Amino acid sequence: MAFTVDEAKLWLINLNKIYQQEKMYLSELDQAIGDGDHGINMARGFNELNKKLETAEYHTTADLFKDAGMVLLSKVGGASGPLYGTAFIKAGGALKDKEEVTKEELAAALFESLEGLKLRGKARLEDKTMLDVWIPAIEFLQNHPKVDWDEFKKLVKEKMEGTKKLEAKKGRASYLGIRSVGHIDPGAASSYLLFVELARVCEGVGL
Amino acid sequence: MTNVGIVLVSHSLELVKGLEELLNQIKQSVPIAIAGGTDENEIGTDVFKIKQAIQSVYSEKGVAVLFDLGSALINAELALEMLDDTKYIKIADAPLVEGAYAAVVQSGIGGTLVEVIGSAEETKNLQKIIR
Repeated sequence: MAFTVDEAKLWLINLNKIYQQEKMYLSELDQAIGDGDHGINMARGFNELNKKLETAEYHTTADLFKDAGMVLLSKVGGASGPLYGTAFIKAGGALKDKEEVTKEELAAALFESLEGLKLRGKARLEDKTMLDVWIPAIEFLQNHPKVDWDEFKKLVKEKMEGTKKLEAKKGRASYLGIRSVGHIDPGAASSYLLFVELARVCEGVGL
Repeated sequence: MTNVGIVLVSHSLELVKGLEELLNQIKQSVPIAIAGGTDENEIGTDVFKIKQAIQSVYSEKGVAVLFDLGSALINAELALEMLDDTKYIKIADAPLVEGAYAAVVQSGIGGTLVEVIGSAEETKNLQKIIR
């Protein structure tokens, strides 16, 4: 089986549930080193997206991702809106009109997302941002012809937790300097959740 | 329009409303537009609001965009990408209040876009208290 528009939809619907559940947790992480609204923002944006997905019909994963990106752009708020929005729009652009997406194509699309995130946020590895999860995640997907999704989940968890020891160089947390050390980056945490839900859906279709 | 347009971007709608009020005293014929808050006017920025604000003051004379905190820049850059012709639009690396004030003055005396951006960015080095 392959990753189709149905899997893409399932991924985002499941992700919405997780962001609703983890709303307080993500905001607490953000209260420690940011402006404290990351959980609320993600929950609001994905709730809007979920509403859209309930009624809209999409023929391809690309269409769904592009539309999802547009919703997230304006509905998430904070820096996460344009960042997650860009990620989905770029992935959609890379997939074009493919009906069945292979693991390689998915990895290549998410690589385009990553490039978009880098361009937008201008962060680098170990700046204590979402990229600290995204960069190793995409590398893993591209370097493994057959992905062991449990290994993948383990990796993204490790990388998310790894942001705890880092000093923030980008975003609102960078104003805290050394005081940002000791806290998990909220964007890394929401990205970790995104990849875990992706892994679950991919496992489900034997990708 | 014969003057460079000024766009004020902030996480807070009230903040740029207040700033616009302050600038209205000196603006003469300078077109000013604001983009503050999210689409529901909560704290944050909105790419579509920024795009619309730029379009509302757009002319070949140019548009200078000023913003408050880092994540407003992400949305301002995205707004620029969404516009077709960005040759005449520039984002200033400047403090919002002082930068906007200097930009409006420079635009008011007929400055070019480069001069307006330059005036705004010079305010980064402005010493407010002589000690």
